[in-house]
Amino acid sequence: MSESNNAPPLVEISGLCKWFGEFSALYDINLQVNSGERVVVCGPSGSGKSTMIRCINQLEEHQAGTIRVDGREVKPGMKQIEEVRRDVGMVFQSFNLFPHLTVVENLTIGPVRNKLVSKTEAVERAMHYLERVHIAEQANKYPPQLSGGQQQRVAIARSLCLQPKIMLFDEPTSALDPEMIAGVLDVMIELAEGGMTMICVTHEMGFARRVADRIVFMDFGEIVEVAEPETFFNSPQTDRAKLFLSQLLGH
Amino acid sequence: MDRNSPPPQQGKPRFTIVDFLLFAALAALIIYAVYRVNDVLVYHWNWSRVLGFLVKYDQESESWVSNLLLQGLATTLRLAIWATVFATLVGVVMGYWRTCQNLALRIVSRCYVELIRNIPPIVFIFIFYFFVSSQLFPAIGIHNIDKDNPWVANEVFAFLFGNPALLDNFLAGMICLSLFEGAYITEIVRAGIQSTPKGQWEAARSIGLSPFNVLRDIILPQAVRKILPPLAGQFITLIKDSAIISLISIQELTFVANEVAATTTRVFETWILVGAMYFVLCYSFALLFAHLERRAKRSQR
Repeated sequence: MSESNNAPPLVEISGLCKWFGEFSALYDINLQVNSGERVVVCGPSGSGKSTMIRCINQLEEHQAGTIRVDGREVKPGMKQIEEVRRDVGMVFQSFNLFPHLTVVENLTIGPVRNKLVSKTEAVERAMHYLERVHIAEQANKYPPQLSGGQQQRVAIARSLCLQPKIMLFDEPTSALDPEMIAGVLDVMIELAEGGMTMICVTHEMGFARRVADRIVFMDFGEIVEVAEPETFFNSPQTDRAKLFLSQLLGH
Repeated sequence: MDRNSPPPQQGKPRFTIVDFLLFAALAALIIYAVYRVNDVLVYHWNWSRVLGFLVKYDQESESWVSNLLLQGLATTLRLAIWATVFATLVGVVMGYWRTCQNLALRIVSRCYVELIRNIPPIVFIFIFYFFVSSQLFPAIGIHNIDKDNPWVANEVFAFLFGNPALLDNFLAGMICLSLFEGAYITEIVRAGIQSTPKGQWEAARSIGLSPFNVLRDIILPQAVRKILPPLAGQFITLIKDSAIISLISIQELTFVANEVAATTTRVFETWILVGAMYFVLCYSFALLFAHLERRAKRSQR
């Protein structure tokens, strides 16, 4: 559980609106995430969950409202967006590892190109995080040689190598075969229990119950309900949340 | 039969009676055509005269030395290689411009490509050659290059660029060819860059890589693998397109062939021989590239 303190929230979103052409993808999103909090975002397809977290690191550009990461406003076209992105790690549904680089090279390229550490330190850091995600033995393989679950764990380690302040997960297990999902979720649980701030878009409700401080339920581009897991799952307040939960079978 | 049995033998493709009849009919057709040509045209074949233009016996050095046709082939090869090098440079820059954020660069490169791809090569070369030779070259003083300068009048230079006396001629042809083929290479590069999955861009940017580093370290290495096979094909196309350069009096193979055919009046032999020379050249490269591609695929993890 996060302790309430006087530190400013790590991520502060207010009045966020995003359109794709004429289509309103996000409307009036307000959300604060404090350091050490674990937020799970859930909702039906097309509810804007992924769009919202992609706005945080400006992989999508918003048209209205403000987003602050660690007190610093994030805007479309801002010059130092790379600095923000170093503090915000992202894990994608389709892993997006670089297939022409080895696992270790995938992990070292970020820190080295950003001039954060020397090459040797980068490799040390890479091996450290590869061990944390239990995949150190695959260090010199190429991504296409790994299974989906292994690739996703490498992807998590790749983001961790930049030592971000917050990790964003965009449906990290949705593209995995069922037998590999547990491996990735275990890594994410360990990360959470280690105190990493995270915003996780997922359908894995078991994970949400275990790890989340708050559940944010979205539908049609708006935040409909925010509650602690037990409250959300056992006594949802809104009809849309009730409908969504009734459609989830035994997660 | 059990789990580990080999599959039942399937019949391998064999020649049937129908195939044999087909080949026989084709052969008959060709023989008939040749016979009719010989009969109607009253043509006296003289292969040795034309073959004499491939190599000749030099009395002074007492050895076989390349004659006009082989020299023309050498010029064609030089043109093809140099033009491919420059066309690739142009193509990579323009290909990048086609895909970058800057609107002006996108417009410029788009205009370049559409202009060239929508006019016939001959027309473009006529327009550009006269501009190049009458305006550009005098401006940069190509004609004033001292042909006796040791940097120029040596064997290495001649090997790379051909006869120094014909340098401005060669350069003009090469530039025209480069600009023309560059448009096609632009599209090859653009396709290579755009076929890289969007997720690669996103992942690279999300770990804080600058746009330059994203391109150089992540996108281009992946794009290059997709670009190389069509680029190889474009080189072979360029060898064939270089025949058009003969119209502006560049001494490559087609131009020389024309002269030989006119001089000897042995039109069929000359053009059949030259056709065979182009075929051998292009097909050799095609086989080479196919071999390299197979090797590259095998070594791919």
